[in-house]
Amino acid sequence: MNDKPKKALSPSPAPSPAAGEYGIETLAIHAGASPEPVTGARNTPIYQTTSYVFEDVEHAADLFNLQTFGFIYSRLTNPTVAVLEERMAALEGGRAAVCAASGHAVQFLAFFTLLEPGDEFISSLNLYGGSITQFGHSFKRLGWTCHFVDPTNPENFQKALTPKCKAIFIEVLANPGGIVLDVEPIVAIAREAGIPLIVDNTMATPYLCRPMEWGADLVVHSTTKFLSGHGTSMGGALIESGKFDWARDGKFPTMTEPDPAYHGLTFYETFGDFGFTMKARTVALRDFGPAMSPANAFYTITGIESLPVRMERHVANAQKVAKFLDAHPAVDWVSYAGLKNSPYHALAKKYLPRGAGSVFTFGLKGSPKGGYEAGIRLVETVNLFSHLANVGDTRSLILHPASTTHRQLTDEQRHAAGAGPDVIRLSVGLETADDLLADLDQALG
Amino acid sequence: MSKPAAEEPLHYDDALLRRILTNAKTIAMVGASPDWVRPSNFAMKYLQRKGYRVIPVNPGHAGKDILGETTYACLRDIPDKFDMVDVFRTSDAAGAIADEAIEVAANKGAQVLWMQLGVRDDAAAERAAAAGVTVVMNRCPKIEYGRLFGELGWSGVNTGIISSKRRKPGP
Ligand SMILES: Cc1ncc(COP(=O)(O)O)c(C=O)c1O
Repeated sequence: MNDKPKKALSPSPAPSPAAGEYGIETLAIHAGASPEPVTGARNTPIYQTTSYVFEDVEHAADLFNLQTFGFIYSRLTNPTVAVLEERMAALEGGRAAVCAASGHAVQFLAFFTLLEPGDEFISSLNLYGGSITQFGHSFKRLGWTCHFVDPTNPENFQKALTPKCKAIFIEVLANPGGIVLDVEPIVAIAREAGIPLIVDNTMATPYLCRPMEWGADLVVHSTTKFLSGHGTSMGGALIESGKFDWARDGKFPTMTEPDPAYHGLTFYETFGDFGFTMKARTVALRDFGPAMSPANAFYTITGIESLPVRMERHVANAQKVAKFLDAHPAVDWVSYAGLKNSPYHALAKKYLPRGAGSVFTFGLKGSPKGGYEAGIRLVETVNLFSHLANVGDTRSLILHPASTTHRQLTDEQRHAAGAGPDVIRLSVGLETADDLLADLDQALG
Repeated sequence: MSKPAAEEPLHYDDALLRRILTNAKTIAMVGASPDWVRPSNFAMKYLQRKGYRVIPVNPGHAGKDILGETTYACLRDIPDKFDMVDVFRTSDAAGAIADEAIEVAANKGAQVLWMQLGVRDDAAAERAAAAGVTVVMNRCPKIEYGRLFGELGWSGVNTGIISSKRRKPGP
């Protein structure tokens, strides 16, 4: 145990071609999906089934006891959804993943697996508005308290820490837009506190940023957005790095204490570096039931195959549209971290070297009140941009957050989340860039 | 599971692990527990279902039945031959088990010393390797079997396997 041999052991363990050694384009197409072994079907079949025949009574018992791998019922696992799960784990450089019906559903699975009633966590204020509502209102009714902090000064996370805090939650590239967080000091604070850092990586996708490479422990996605990519399918994914030590100081009894729902099984001890995923699946997903449908998994898998080329074009188009707006006389300000004048440009260069995403905000002259009216007019006058509440579609999208996604918030929260009354959000799609500029130009008129 | 050792990570070629798991038929599992919620019992049951014979070794339960097999106090006491020793003990205990495995290897036909996830003793591994025994450390044969033969991905685990070939079923 003590003297460590310098030379390789015999037979010399050669490095295995781990998925991490393949490029992201290869992983986006191949990870999790080998040909179907019986028929040879090359594309992933849609296993449109609720349930699976047991080999015998013993096999059924083993499955229910989690003693073997396999399928029981599609609320827990489904072969099509499993392909998406492994692909998401591979794309994020994680150990394992579990999918659910929506991004919000996986956020619930993550926190249900982490928290006891009375526990607390800290979240960045710069989040998708629906997440602020989920954390601030609905989670409160479950006895979970979220402390929101301004993330642009990482010290705020440190200041908000309490002994009951069990996690830190951030969007590195925040929705509605333009803000990029400095991840490294936030990781350091989470490490020191012995709590996991959860990153919602929906806006960046693993093509632009892989938060686990910076030290994130859990990543969540709304796969509804760029991953499925075509505005077809709701979905969410929760990925675990496999590196977090759940046993360090007794903060996570759901992971380290015998689970009465499984005859006293201890998840961390039994499943090790994919124990969190197992727990989220076999307790939270099993008991609350927000399963992803196999068809939605299929559309999402198909979407992900072209993620790298789509993201390249998304960010190229966004860069052009942002530049155009920045120079437009009717525009007051543009908040896009891809622009040199953005206060977040340096952080974007560091954490999002391939581009600052394709969702951003801008304000029209006459702010805030006049900007509000001009914004409403713009949303109603565009012809190519679709006025709707989503991001990450092939189509370009336009939205007035204050009257839609961020409507439930207070004025103060809206302002803090970058969704003030004069703010317009764009999700720049894959149309011809010049056509997008022309459409905005005629609408800004 | 004790915490994975902090030494530099170990790499084992998938082909080596596949060969070990295909060639082995009988496994002596040191530290096998009769308690069905213990990880060793999980692994034993899983490997049995895959067609391996697993012989439990546990001095605290010698003579008793675990999953249909008689338990022995030590490797020396096992009357039958076995191909592989699976160490389900802490890293501190692994050295002595390795030495016993080396001692009985020729007699019992054991060619592989496999230490569980979280179990690692580099010095013991060197001694075993010098005696011609193939060593795997800090891995679980159940998880590796599942990973290499297409079952682990069913639970959303990243298997690291990328292939355009039809998957062959496990042994
Ligand atoms: C950053 C972010 N996280 C989470 C969500 C919620 O995802 P879903 O709508 O799939 O529940 C959204 C949806 O807009 C989002 O933009």
